[in-house]
Amino acid sequence: MTVLPTLQAVSTKPQLPAVDGLFTTDDPPHLIGGKVPGRESYFFPKHLGGGDPHAEPGAELEEVALSRRGKVWSFTNSAYPPPPPFVVTEPYEPVVIAAVELEAEKMVVLGQVVDGLTVDDLEVGMEMELAVGPLYEDDDNVYLTWKWKPAEPEAAAESN
Amino acid sequence: MEEIAILGVGMHPWGKWGRNFVDYGVVAARDALADADVAWTDVGFVSGAITVRNGYPGYVAGSTFANALGFTGCQVASSYAACASGATALSVARGHILSGACDVALVVGADTTPKGFLAPNEGDRPDDIDWLRFRMVGATNPVFFALHAQRRMALYGATKEDFALVKVKNSRHGATNPRARFAKEFTAEDVANSPTVSDPLRLLEICATSDGGAAMVVSSMEYAKKHGHTDPVRVKGISLVTPTYPDTVLDLPYLATDAGAAGDVPERGFKDSIGDAVYAEAGIGPDEVDVAEVYDLSSALELDWYEQMGFCAPGEAEQLLRDGVTSLGGRLPVNPSGGLGAFGEAVPAQAIAQVCELTWQLRGEAEGRQVEGARAGVTANQGLFGHGSSVLVAR
Repeated sequence: MTVLPTLQAVSTKPQLPAVDGLFTTDDPPHLIGGKVPGRESYFFPKHLGGGDPHAEPGAELEEVALSRRGKVWSFTNSAYPPPPPFVVTEPYEPVVIAAVELEAEKMVVLGQVVDGLTVDDLEVGMEMELAVGPLYEDDDNVYLTWKWKPAEPEAAAESN
Repeated sequence: MEEIAILGVGMHPWGKWGRNFVDYGVVAARDALADADVAWTDVGFVSGAITVRNGYPGYVAGSTFANALGFTGCQVASSYAACASGATALSVARGHILSGACDVALVVGADTTPKGFLAPNEGDRPDDIDWLRFRMVGATNPVFFALHAQRRMALYGATKEDFALVKVKNSRHGATNPRARFAKEFTAEDVANSPTVSDPLRLLEICATSDGGAAMVVSSMEYAKKHGHTDPVRVKGISLVTPTYPDTVLDLPYLATDAGAAGDVPERGFKDSIGDAVYAEAGIGPDEVDVAEVYDLSSALELDWYEQMGFCAPGEAEQLLRDGVTSLGGRLPVNPSGGLGAFGEAVPAQAIAQVCELTWQLRGEAEGRQVEGARAGVTANQGLFGHGSSVLVAR
């Protein structure tokens, strides 16, 4: 199975998140989540992921880096181009989507799968890790989103 | 909870009629009033289910329908709960009746929907989770349906053939229903030959968006008796519960679930709890239900409901389907109306339409699709943003 580079090396345009505050673009990238102080309650996106009824009233969510690895909970694709506000790149290649259960937080996070993979490359239970890749581009910039890619073995990843 | 009576039900047929949603609601309302033998001027409360795709008149649906029928000075309210809006409007009407604020109420919902994917309203709203799932992931509604279908395949060994069989069954049921949109009886081959929308689901397995309208006239038991309805169909339970934290099953429109690490993950998931609550309130269990209308937004989701509504244990839905238990003539027919597979979805009307069908079934008036001797029926429905509903009716 070939995994293509997650950043478009061919484009020299600036690359920036399509929406700020959802993920980082450092290496390795991570999702920006919210956490209830003193509890193992995590949310993504930080302020749009709901609340914990057992949190101390008024407690501010801490900003945390969510864990980067997990297992495929389910997956699919969109054979037809999604409607706006999705920005379709022509010619349209079916978007492949995975819902991944994060190892540490035990929360399922939806995301596109890196370019070059199809649903035939995925299965429930498969190990994935977080990447960042192009979502669409205009004349000025390449806009990025978080994506799931098959995980490299932990040891190999560490030796890189 | 005390009962209320369903005096009359009515619908405007589902389809793509190209007219104003108000027309469909008025046809359904007049149909229900005639069925109930209640004069419009006697209605004390109008409970409208909101449509968000038809401008301001849709946001004030209750008032819009009341105005179209002719303002009488009655009380009015409008409810929105995504696909559960109709059941919410019924619940609001029940509250008015049981509190004594009115004796008889009209519940009505109608919609005109555009073709294709349902999508967020226009405008850039990066702080709107529904907008974000489209922009950042391309996660349409069928994507979520397909995630659940794929998981069923992985967990229980469900096959694409099982999913197709749901559509075949529901199209057969709907073929003789004059109010359904699609009269065609599809075969497994038709389903297999239709294009994949979101793997593993094909076009024929994902419910269309439709125009339609549905209405009910409901009253106190005392009013029913006084007006000669000696044995009306009764609303025994309504469930509009939210999920319970932490909910670790991904559903529309969220980008992530709650964290299981928070602990105390409920043993019964959100959709299980919708049924649990309605059975508890009604004092009638799933083993006493004769007929059900469940939300087949996709073929595969109908199978999930068999388990969530307690018709069988987890993993046994495919067997129930294959054995014909849920087909007309079986022990527990599901979606005798044809369900969403034969209707398509008219969002604010759909949960009302489910109860209309059960009312006809319990009265023995579902010509061509009658479940013989049905005494109790239950609906199940899901919206987005933690909405869902179930209504249990019995005689």
